[in-house]
Amino acid sequence: MKRYFHHELEDLRSKLILIGEKANNAAKLAIDGFLTNDLQKVEHALTLDDEIDKMEATIDQASVRYITLRSPVSSDVRFILVAIKASHDLERAGDEAHSIAKRARNILVRDGQVENAVSIEEMSDLTCKMLQDAITAFIEEDVELAQDVISRDKEVDRLNKKNFKALATGSEGDTTEASTRFETIFISKSIERIADHAKNLAEETIYLLHGS
Amino acid sequence: MSTESNKIAGEGTGTPIIKIRNFDFAYGDSQALFNINMDINEKEVTAFIGPSGCGKSTFLRCFNRMNDLIDIARIKTGEIQISDVNIYDKEVDVIELRKHVGMVFQKSNPFPKSIYDNIAYGLRIQGVKKKVELDEVVERCLRSAALWDEVKDRLSESALGMSGGQQQRLCIARALAVQPKILLMDEPCSALDPIATAKVEELIHELKKDYTIVIVTHSMQQAARVSDRTAFFYLGKLIEYGQTDQIFMTPRDPQTEAYISGRFG
Repeated sequence: MKRYFHHELEDLRSKLILIGEKANNAAKLAIDGFLTNDLQKVEHALTLDDEIDKMEATIDQASVRYITLRSPVSSDVRFILVAIKASHDLERAGDEAHSIAKRARNILVRDGQVENAVSIEEMSDLTCKMLQDAITAFIEEDVELAQDVISRDKEVDRLNKKNFKALATGSEGDTTEASTRFETIFISKSIERIADHAKNLAEETIYLLHGS
Repeated sequence: MSTESNKIAGEGTGTPIIKIRNFDFAYGDSQALFNINMDINEKEVTAFIGPSGCGKSTFLRCFNRMNDLIDIARIKTGEIQISDVNIYDKEVDVIELRKHVGMVFQKSNPFPKSIYDNIAYGLRIQGVKKKVELDEVVERCLRSAALWDEVKDRLSESALGMSGGQQQRLCIARALAVQPKILLMDEPCSALDPIATAKVEELIHELKKDYTIVIVTHSMQQAARVSDRTAFFYLGKLIEYGQTDQIFMTPRDPQTEAYISGRFG
């Protein structure tokens, strides 16, 4: 029996999809801006953080309201729990995108362009795809896709380690300023963290659908 | 919110249809309600919650003067206005009042008559005799009570043969037949199973488009689910009154918090 308040869960689901799109967009803009020396994209990414924070607060509020007023059980209560956790992961992905954008802006303003992006491009392609697929798995309730997202995280971790090694020591003939190298290490780390949040979202989707 | 002051709870939050002012009520020497001041808004569901004996049902029964039937019941001070008329004014016709303020009780109480006659009863007393008119009202009320599809082929059968949930919805349909403005519900689901309860709750949600509903319930989950505003009573006093989500999510009074979280009562 569908109750008159069940549409509130649909509203919550729409809000989650929206915050997912925003976080994904922020990550893409920040990374693309960094890799293509596009300060405009980087600045745009910086504007999205507040919006994402507010959306997370709205989702939390709606979730607490639903738990308090509607006495959810079974898959409904799992959905609420996932809504709270997933929105937190997406908000944190948004924070990482913001951090990437800030560091990218520093580099671009100082150096005019990015000289040494090492494995950032490959790693960011993987990460953006992971985040996009994690959101799709949630929307389409696709367990297989969610499991696939989880399996891809190790490769991102490996690339991040590779970046760290290359950037921390500096290769022969590399004229990149130390400050830029350090900023790039942090950018690499932020991308790796976005992949972690995508993995979390995929795990939460599996919990939602399987109950464990 | 202290009931010691004369602050009017709920004032300015909507269009009030019931206004309660400085209302003190007693059974003999035992005071049951203390200085209640509140507004109840039109076309909203207002829930009264509180532990047994807190006065919520007594208060509900004041809105259609059901307490007049109890010899020792008396209003000490104050008044209740419905649509700006003091319902305890000497000139108020109680029968007329109860047409405007219908009531549904804890236990369904259909008349030992057919389903059709249960709905038509009030209208016949009012002198309506035309079958076409009665048919129209019976169908409208049964549809409003989400019962039409279940009973349309057995309108002439006894109402006592219906399930408990159906009987309760029939009582709601019967109350609607005389076109009240307000429906009072005194624990309407306490004798029903969860599915029948859900159906009555769905009905309440639908009915608030056209009616003002005041419901007394022991189920806090039900109050949370069905009402727009909730009033918490304790020992005859109105402790807190506000939007239902505020009352259940961030109650302002520690007594409300203690009650809704199951720490007393």
